[in-house]
Amino acid sequence: MTTLSDIKSRPIYAGLKVDDMARRHLVAAEGEGALAVIEAFSRAPDALDRTTILYCPAGSAAMGHDTALADLNPDVFHLAPSPQTLLVRLNVMLSTATMGTRLYATGTEGFIGAVIAAALPFGVDHHSIYTEHRGSLARRVQCVHCKGMTENVTATPFTCSHCGLTLFVRDHYSRRLGAFQGVCVDAEEPGVIPPVEELYK
Amino acid sequence: MSGGVEITVRVAEIEQATASVKRFRLASASGEPLPVFSAGSHVVVSMDDGGHRIRNPYSLIDRAPDGLSYRIGVLRTPNSRGGSIFMHERVSVGSELVITMPVNLFPLIRTGRKHVLVAGGIGVTPIYAMADELRSQNAPYEVHYAMRDEANGAFAAELVERHGDKVRLYRDDAREIIRVEEMLPNQPLGTHLYVCGPEGMINAILAGGRAAGWPVENLHSERFLAPPGGAPFSVALAKAGITAEVGPHQSLLEAIEEAGVDAPYLCRGGACGQCVTTVLSFEGELIHNDHYLTDEEKASGTKIMTCVSRLNGRELVLDL
Ligand SMILES: Cc1cc2nc3c(=O)[nH]c(=O)nc-3n(C[C@H](O)[C@H](O)[C@H](O)COP(=O)(O)OP(=O)(O)OC[C@H]3O[C@@H](n4cnc5c(N)ncnc54)[C@H](O)[C@@H]3O)c2cc1C
Ligand code: FES
Repeated sequence: MTTLSDIKSRPIYAGLKVDDMARRHLVAAEGEGALAVIEAFSRAPDALDRTTILYCPAGSAAMGHDTALADLNPDVFHLAPSPQTLLVRLNVMLSTATMGTRLYATGTEGFIGAVIAAALPFGVDHHSIYTEHRGSLARRVQCVHCKGMTENVTATPFTCSHCGLTLFVRDHYSRRLGAFQGVCVDAEEPGVIPPVEELYK
Repeated sequence: MSGGVEITVRVAEIEQATASVKRFRLASASGEPLPVFSAGSHVVVSMDDGGHRIRNPYSLIDRAPDGLSYRIGVLRTPNSRGGSIFMHERVSVGSELVITMPVNLFPLIRTGRKHVLVAGGIGVTPIYAMADELRSQNAPYEVHYAMRDEANGAFAAELVERHGDKVRLYRDDAREIIRVEEMLPNQPLGTHLYVCGPEGMINAILAGGRAAGWPVENLHSERFLAPPGGAPFSVALAKAGITAEVGPHQSLLEAIEEAGVDAPYLCRGGACGQCVTTVLSFEGELIHNDHYLTDEEKASGTKIMTCVSRLNGRELVLDL
């Protein structure tokens, strides 16, 4: 029998590598994603004078990753206070970018998903975005019942932050929304809730 | 038959579009509208050459506004096994032909922010349809069309008439060459490029795209690949219990069909993957001409695309 969690549409993150052919590198990084950027670009230092890095420290603010990134000395370094402000800046850059630009995204799954979702309307094929997952395995989940988004979900089932239903986190991922799906666990027998599992650390 | 549903059409109009290209209007024989197709699609035209079947894929140029006819353009290919010559010399207004349902292996990418269309020679047929579709969607696009000389220009004149200054023409006789390095910089992010034409041109454009830093996901091509001939060999079909001879000018798929076995196909040009067949054993060397199997699959000697690939050797045994 197939259970809900057997349905796999989880994205695959191949890891950051610098595209030698690209004329321009546009990097969106969050939290510990900084380390992935430093590893990849230290191996291709010639690319840095054609590189823009947008960084938001998020959960790892105290770790000093921002100074380490700035020390790479890319053409443009922009430090954003939150993922939301980073995405606003990214949107402006995407709207004026030209072909020959390679897009990179690294950080938590929710952040990578948000970067991909931002790039799709600009005609960027998601396979062409180089990604690396770093940091927390927390998921961004959309409640299929009220459509509300809950950020940083680390366990299943959990309580929808909007409608209060108890939701089971499915492995079903929407690239457009950059979110996993959450479905009500006790729809048939209200109150019968399986034990909470810490799945995503 | 195994190209799926077939449609009988009658040739309603033939036009000498260039010195070597004829355009055919294929009208629905039943009077029912023909299926709507997306730009980039082709149909496989089946011709009856005195009991001998020739099946060639041709891209659809357009569908009449009333839906009752399609147009295709066919280049006369000298020294060929006969399909294009049959279309040029034996088909006249009123002739009946059988076509498959349209299949699209060269679609426009809906999410693209801009589309750069590049055609060389007869490769203009799918590009013509794509330009029309983009115009009707009000999407940003540009067309680059390279042709031998003015005499090859029926498509050129119409492209300019329909798309105005979005079209750029290049004439070989005036030594005008498509320069990828001039075409590609400064295109907005999310631009997709589509190229159809001679093999050398396609390879140069795709290489130019990568050199300009374009992701492979934004580079699209279609090759009008025809099955190359070669030395004759025999093919044994294990399930059917039949052995057939593959002639020097015949493809493996054609020989299988002639032996009365209904083998699958869609494009007959080594691109779609539909005709993939398991090789049980062979004596000699497999000649893979397709663009579908990976290099590892080709090297493994366990799979073959019957539409364009063959054996250089004595006998091939297939799981058919
Ligand atoms: C998806 C797709 C779309 C296409 N769309 C179009 C289109 O819109 N218009 C169009 O004109 N064509 C189109 N083609 C090509 C078309 O299907 C035929 O391949 C073409 O018309 C030639 O067919 P033929 O039967 O005359 O020649 P074929 O015998 O198939 O020969 C084609 C080529 O192979 C060579 N050749 C033939 N026999 C041998 C041999 N024994 N040894 C060595 N070389 C040999 C010939 O010299 C010739 O150059 C398309 C192909 C594909 C795959
Ligand atoms: S029929 Fe399409 S690859 Fe052979």
